[in-house]
Amino acid sequence: MDYFDIFISILGSAVRLSIPLLFTALAGLFSERAGIFDIGLEGKMLASAFAAACVAYWTGNAWFGLLGGIGVSIAFSFVHGFASITNRGNQIVSGVALNFVAAGLTIVLGQAWFRQGGRTGQVPPEGRFSSIVLPGADMMRDVPIIGPLYANVISGNNILTYIAFLMVPISWWVLYRTRFGLRLRAVGENPGAVDTAGISVAWMRYRSLIVAGFLCGFAGTYLSIAQSAAFINNMSAGKGYIALAALIFAKWKPVPVMLACLLFGFLDAFANFMQGKSLPLIGEVPVQIFQALPYILTCVLLAGFIGTARPPKAGGVPYTKER
Amino acid sequence: MSTASVPLPAWINYGLIPLLNLILAFLFSGLVVWAIGESPFEALQLLLIGALGRGEGIGFTLFYTTSFIFTGLSVAVAIHAGLFNIGSEGQAYLGGLGAALVALAMDHYVPWYVTMPFAVIGAALFGAACAAIPAWLQAKRGSHIVITTIMFNFIVSSLMNYMLVRLLIVPGKMAPETRTFLPGGQLPKLDWLIAMFGGKIGAAPLNFSFLIALIMCFLVWVLIWRTKLGYEMRTLGISPTAASYAGIRYSRIVMITMLISGGLAGMMALNPVMGASARLQIEFVGGAGFVGIAVSLMGRNHPAGIILSALLFGILYQGGAELSFDMPGITRDMIVVIQGMVILFAGALEYMLRPSIVRLYQQLTGK
Repeated sequence: MDYFDIFISILGSAVRLSIPLLFTALAGLFSERAGIFDIGLEGKMLASAFAAACVAYWTGNAWFGLLGGIGVSIAFSFVHGFASITNRGNQIVSGVALNFVAAGLTIVLGQAWFRQGGRTGQVPPEGRFSSIVLPGADMMRDVPIIGPLYANVISGNNILTYIAFLMVPISWWVLYRTRFGLRLRAVGENPGAVDTAGISVAWMRYRSLIVAGFLCGFAGTYLSIAQSAAFINNMSAGKGYIALAALIFAKWKPVPVMLACLLFGFLDAFANFMQGKSLPLIGEVPVQIFQALPYILTCVLLAGFIGTARPPKAGGVPYTKER
Repeated sequence: MSTASVPLPAWINYGLIPLLNLILAFLFSGLVVWAIGESPFEALQLLLIGALGRGEGIGFTLFYTTSFIFTGLSVAVAIHAGLFNIGSEGQAYLGGLGAALVALAMDHYVPWYVTMPFAVIGAALFGAACAAIPAWLQAKRGSHIVITTIMFNFIVSSLMNYMLVRLLIVPGKMAPETRTFLPGGQLPKLDWLIAMFGGKIGAAPLNFSFLIALIMCFLVWVLIWRTKLGYEMRTLGISPTAASYAGIRYSRIVMITMLISGGLAGMMALNPVMGASARLQIEFVGGAGFVGIAVSLMGRNHPAGIILSALLFGILYQGGAELSFDMPGITRDMIVVIQGMVILFAGALEYMLRPSIVRLYQQLTGK
């Protein structure tokens, strides 16, 4: 295998690893731009992965699984909204609580329903999203450079991967080219002004959380019934936090979010590849460096060494109408 | 009229409302138990007997309580200055390295009471070091402390993984952990404390760090309510603009507060590392840092409240472990659900009941 083939295979797995990050980071984009911190992304992803696996297992239909994942994720969003919008509770505390509830509940219910130590049953093939071979992938394979790229990176992914990349321009369009998006961003910057214009801040923020729940549902579904064939204990394994880091690294903008997720996915894939291998000149590089790199990069960015990251102004502050 | 500004007597604010929130959290947890086909009442009974029924159970309960007091204090100190330290988990993890290095270096030569002060300092220093960079980023660069402390939890986790798997592991062993400390690097068990009440400690790992935790509670109370520094911290927490008007230096207070907070979190490591397992193990913190958030919230950020709520979570941990033995249908992770519910109802939804209680109170008192 020459270097180019290795590069292509890493790139392919980078794309696959970045998809749950992309969905989740876009989810975070919507809620954070509306001024709601969403530490609970991790929990939503985990809960929706569990729900998707359960529904897909019982119905044998991947699309019902997706619906189940989205439904549970939106339900979690509502709890977050009820605590942090309606009751003006602390958004971070609420997110932490949801992460705990999701982490515990998925195992407790999984054990009660499937008795496999927190795993769900094996989802049958028709209950999963399998990979799609794009037209001409086999023909293209022998074309130098573009061929392997098309056949192994662009083709051969499942439908959710393509939806994820489609969500990027859609999110951009919704946020920057629709009235809903304008109001959503305004609610995150200056809710008082939006209120004065006669628009309900609370309802606006609820809607942004519903969108976030919707997108997060895809992420969880991808984990349990596209990337694998069952739900496994603590399947999200901190991906929600990496997505949060990617969102900040991308300075809360849709297209940079995609690039950041691809970068972090690439780091992950590269770490997997490097396990036990050594680089020329440097020697063996500990994989833990690659695992920590997304977080280190985000901190360096936050320190203001790579441009400045300016979060939405009203983020994390519950809105109180004038008394 | 809005109900948020109506003053309520202290016993309602600090007693009744937290209690009602706690009851709600347990009701919802009970619903989960009921939904998977077990009896919530029987579960509660088993949980309480498991945690408090025998000397050994109490020993385990107080062992968990010790860890939660440290992390609870860590979160509370930061909250008083208006900072949300969500990184106690990572700070405690790194604190373990500090304690372990001291124990590994000294246990051959001196008895435990000589090692202990150095270990306390080592653990606190390493914990504080882990909080230092997020603190600096908050103080000087304006980066949100919540985000940076989350990032540091993961950075520390990777670092410790590397340290244990590559450097500190005993050659030839599979488990990523240090060698077992000799008695000179261990904290003695508090069997006499349990024996005073006529119980037997058995295998419970309750150890000397419980007393250190209680001393820290007192010191934190002195710091927050009896010193100039504490006054400055509270001023900053209540109103940053007033603090700056009064000439309180923002970055100085942020740095000091976070170093203290990180140090307290780091000391938590004494309990499991030097008290219980006598070696540094991978992922030994096991979520205690996050529990600290709940403990601090429930305890209204006051050391006395923190002791009580740490005890509550200690009971949950130990009782939950016993429960999963007695009721095979319930896994140990049920306590994670209960924790989540407690954080949700006592933390995020703490104001939910307030308006109705205010109305009821006004009706009853006729105001």
